[in-house]
Amino acid sequence: MIQVEKLCKSFTLHNQGGAVIPVMQDAEFAVAPGECVGLIGASGAGKSTLMRMLYGNYLAASGHIRIGGVDVARAEPREILALRRDRLGYVSQFLRVVPRVSTLDVVAEPLLRTGCGADSARARAQELLERLNIPRHLWTLSPTTFSGGEQQRVNIARGFAYAYPALLLDEPTASLDAGNREVVLALIEEAKARGAAIVGIFHDEAARHRVCDREVDVTRFTPGLA
Amino acid sequence: MTPLLQVDAVSKFYGARIGCAEVSFDLYPGEVMGIVGESGSGKSTLLNCLAGHLQPDAGAVRFDTRAGGLRDTITMSEPERRMLGRTDWAFVHQHARDGLRMNVSAGGNVGERLMAVGARHYGEIRNTATDWLGRVEIAADRIDDRPSAFSGGMQQRLQIARNLVTGPRLVFMDEPTGGLDVSVQARLLDLMRGLVREMGLSAIIVTHDLAVVRLLADRLMVMKDGHVVETGLTDQVLDDPQHGYTQLLVSSVLQV
Repeated sequence: MIQVEKLCKSFTLHNQGGAVIPVMQDAEFAVAPGECVGLIGASGAGKSTLMRMLYGNYLAASGHIRIGGVDVARAEPREILALRRDRLGYVSQFLRVVPRVSTLDVVAEPLLRTGCGADSARARAQELLERLNIPRHLWTLSPTTFSGGEQQRVNIARGFAYAYPALLLDEPTASLDAGNREVVLALIEEAKARGAAIVGIFHDEAARHRVCDREVDVTRFTPGLA
Repeated sequence: MTPLLQVDAVSKFYGARIGCAEVSFDLYPGEVMGIVGESGSGKSTLLNCLAGHLQPDAGAVRFDTRAGGLRDTITMSEPERRMLGRTDWAFVHQHARDGLRMNVSAGGNVGERLMAVGARHYGEIRNTATDWLGRVEIAADRIDDRPSAFSGGMQQRLQIARNLVTGPRLVFMDEPTGGLDVSVQARLLDLMRGLVREMGLSAIIVTHDLAVVRLLADRLMVMKDGHVVETGLTDQVLDDPQHGYTQLLVSSVLQV
């Protein structure tokens, strides 16, 4: 479902003396449907960078990222947009808030984009917000003023609203208490059970050991460190 | 898949000065393209060339017309291009005054567009106009007021209603939130986001405001001195800028 081959990346900072920072060399791994692979490595080793490249958010210098019939490393923008709509989901570390959109609409949006009806999208959003313990009276409010943990739970609800065949999770259990961590891990297990291929970053070892079938150490792909 | 708009090496010169040079891109149905750049980058020149307001010196702008497939709008006859402007195309100006008839009522501004494409039944026209005013959050009891009695934000929302009532497939927008208060901007952007998604519109939005493109645009082109220096998915260009100028632009935005 997800195949990474000989992936390389470096950053060139033109306005800071043209500094070149090589961050990835020949990264290689694959994820099968129903599997969850955990990316590990010290902070700054390139875990989030790799995840962003899988999503097409960061550009690859060379190599291949094959997901759902698309090579993200060299696809046209419209192919990646279509991939993100119905095949590839991404739960980032932080929720990007749009000022006037209600929590319910934030969570329902990915479903609406796939052509799902407004009523069933909203029902699904409500179901997830309940499970993630976001109080009902907050559903019509914008998440702008919510706590970090609440925002992250809204972010997670949004990421799991649509049943993506491939899912990228960046620190989904950070900022969560034990009860909510349990809910998120259950959501991940359910996604695996329906055949989703998942790549996750979990600093929390217990969470990682619970849901990840394998671990990939990105330090192996960091130039100068491997 | 056929692109909705195929821009092929469009160039415009003002004597020896470059307005825009060799701009090419394809826009597909449902895509929103943002064009950003600072003053003098050529973005408005480009938009006006694409929308038929300026005659480019070179290049083609092919639109997927309903009847005839991809047709170069630059070589189209004036009546044909004007018809396009009344049906499949729309243009939202920075200053609502440039896109509205200030001495005609709000309802008239919206209804006029319907009449230009053949609507004749007064009652139906008025109902459609009232419906659209509601969609852009203008109270129905303002339908007979002139836009000169509206606030800037309301005028801009009226301009949007006037432009979208005929169900265009492609909307050009030139700094649609420029000059508006921050809270008014937020409301307008929300509205546009919703309408673009609901109506499956394609749009080309020129702005100098990176937050606007982050919110509205799927794809982004960065212009400097008349040239496109970088293009790609909006989130990719803003989060992983490759060109030195883009990196400078992105790092210059102040965090609130």
